[in-house]
Amino acid sequence: MDFLIFKAPMLMVQASLDGILLGILFALIAYGMALQWGVMNIINIAQGDLVILGGYIAYTIYLWGIHPAWGVIISPIIMFFVGWGLYKLVINKVVDRDLFISILATFGIAIVFQQLMNFIFGADVVVAQSEYGTTMLFDNSVTLPNSKIFSAFISVLYAIALVIYMRKSKLGRAIRATAQNARAAKILGVDTEKVYAATFGINAALCGIAGALISITLTLHPYVGLPYTVRSFMIVIVAGLGNLPAVAVSGMGLGLFEEFADYILGTEFRIGAVFLLLVLILVYRRFKLSRKREYLK
Amino acid sequence: MEKVKQKDLILYSGLIILGLAAPYLFSAFKVQLTYLCVLIVLAMTWNLQGGEMGYNTFGNILFYGLGMYLTASVQVGMFFPLAEWTESGGEKTFVHTTAQYFQGIGVGLLVAAIIPTIIAGAIGYAILGLRGHYFAICTLGLGIAAGEIAGGIEIIGAGQGFTTPPFPAEIVDTEARGKFFYFLSFALLVGTFIFVKYIYGSRFRLILNAIRDNEDKAEAMGIQTMKYKIVGWMCSAFFCGLAGGIMGGLIGYIDSTDVAFDGREMGVFMVLMAILGGKGTLWGPVIGATLFHFFKEGLWTLILGWQYVALGVLIVVIVVYFPEGLMGWLREKYPERFGEVIDEKDRKAQVELK
Repeated sequence: MDFLIFKAPMLMVQASLDGILLGILFALIAYGMALQWGVMNIINIAQGDLVILGGYIAYTIYLWGIHPAWGVIISPIIMFFVGWGLYKLVINKVVDRDLFISILATFGIAIVFQQLMNFIFGADVVVAQSEYGTTMLFDNSVTLPNSKIFSAFISVLYAIALVIYMRKSKLGRAIRATAQNARAAKILGVDTEKVYAATFGINAALCGIAGALISITLTLHPYVGLPYTVRSFMIVIVAGLGNLPAVAVSGMGLGLFEEFADYILGTEFRIGAVFLLLVLILVYRRFKLSRKREYLK
Repeated sequence: MEKVKQKDLILYSGLIILGLAAPYLFSAFKVQLTYLCVLIVLAMTWNLQGGEMGYNTFGNILFYGLGMYLTASVQVGMFFPLAEWTESGGEKTFVHTTAQYFQGIGVGLLVAAIIPTIIAGAIGYAILGLRGHYFAICTLGLGIAAGEIAGGIEIIGAGQGFTTPPFPAEIVDTEARGKFFYFLSFALLVGTFIFVKYIYGSRFRLILNAIRDNEDKAEAMGIQTMKYKIVGWMCSAFFCGLAGGIMGGLIGYIDSTDVAFDGREMGVFMVLMAILGGKGTLWGPVIGATLFHFFKEGLWTLILGWQYVALGVLIVVIVVYFPEGLMGWLREKYPERFGEVIDEKDRKAQVELK
């Protein structure tokens, strides 16, 4: 554990850029989680596994000889229907129930997904080659794969598109109305069942995009889904529900934290650091809230 | 009243005799029986949090894994240098004598019981202040973080694992190892059951239930909820640590994420078993664990490769369709057996309402 990063300022720049680009990707996943949490009051532990599944779809078309970047269009379409089917099969039975039931049920779904992906795609670490090359900055001391820039760009693009869709379209307004008050929306003629299914589908589609981007920037493995779930959960609790700029900022913050933790603690503690950060954030939040409660007394 | 007690006495003594005779009757299944005892202990202690207190924890695996590492580390570290043991795969260079082995595991289990309890007490104030799903996710993160961090620490074997001391070779009886671990786990099971049964008859349980039903109200009634929550978690940690220590010795090999902090298997099993049997009941976790173990051992080999898919589907089905568990279902069906008095008028009125 030599703190190389503090001796070489260029490494710092490298880590920061990597972290921010990665963070934008996390923010996209987190936005999906915030959406379903806000609308359906469900915490989806299978979120990360949906991401990985989306990634494998992109990887499959890469194996067929199509450029994996097309995955960002194909994968969300397929994932939308996967999400829709999942909703009709399981999620619609846990929507109105206790949150813990949704946590446990989606935990079960996550296990099924992991194992099925393990059967279908094998337990090897895979990556789809985008062959976009790398950009060298600052006299070749900072290397930036173009695929990462591409993925950040696509994430921002989709996020903006989704925000506009939520504002302008009929379904988007129905989703927002249901999030505000499901019962009132129902009385006013919104088919909440359909809204829920669409929300879950959109969330899965977002996961699909993120997964396709992960397949070209990072690596895929059937069992790495849970860290993505935890990251998005973390971003959502820091940013709050339905606050997109905050989601983006805290996503980037998390990306930065991870890259620096990687350099300082070593790669083997990276995932551990993420989970530990989750615990710390929750504990911090608990003390902050309890102070507020005491103040009210 | 007298009659009921006599019936209970027959039941308990019957079960104890069965438990003591089991390794001789089902000699080939000693390892499975040991597993069963440990699973029941884990389910019963999970039930203290998830069922009685309403705090659905995924974090009890933390104490289980800690107990496992602590027992093995103490058992080795008492006599040999720990770092060299884990580096060389241990058992080839250093050999425990019989006395050393049993001394080691005795002290190790003691440490494995005490340190998780202290840790539970120390982190309890921070963690147990979280409510509902925040608590669930936080404890999930805690368990996984522990696994990942343990996988990076060199002295306990890091990623390559930790071989626990092998059973002393001087004991010629080939059955001895299985019997030793079985009776150890059975003793733990009996101890846990007596303890939990004692809790069920005490004021402590009522307080835990009050916390489950409405924590703010319980606080307003003057109950120091935090104190009781922490004590409850410490009780669980005590037994989980012991269970982990026994399992470490039985399996003989500790891996950070697949054996010790095994959130994907053990961590889910304990939740599932308690819910399957019916959480918030004394016998529910016992029945749930037994059923689950039989199901698992029976089907695991038949559906080789598909067991995790089956596990996932099982979780979804149980959670979505039987959230009250077996005991809850029985209670619904035969309320009289559970000592509930039914008001016929009220029942009729409810039927009419439906």
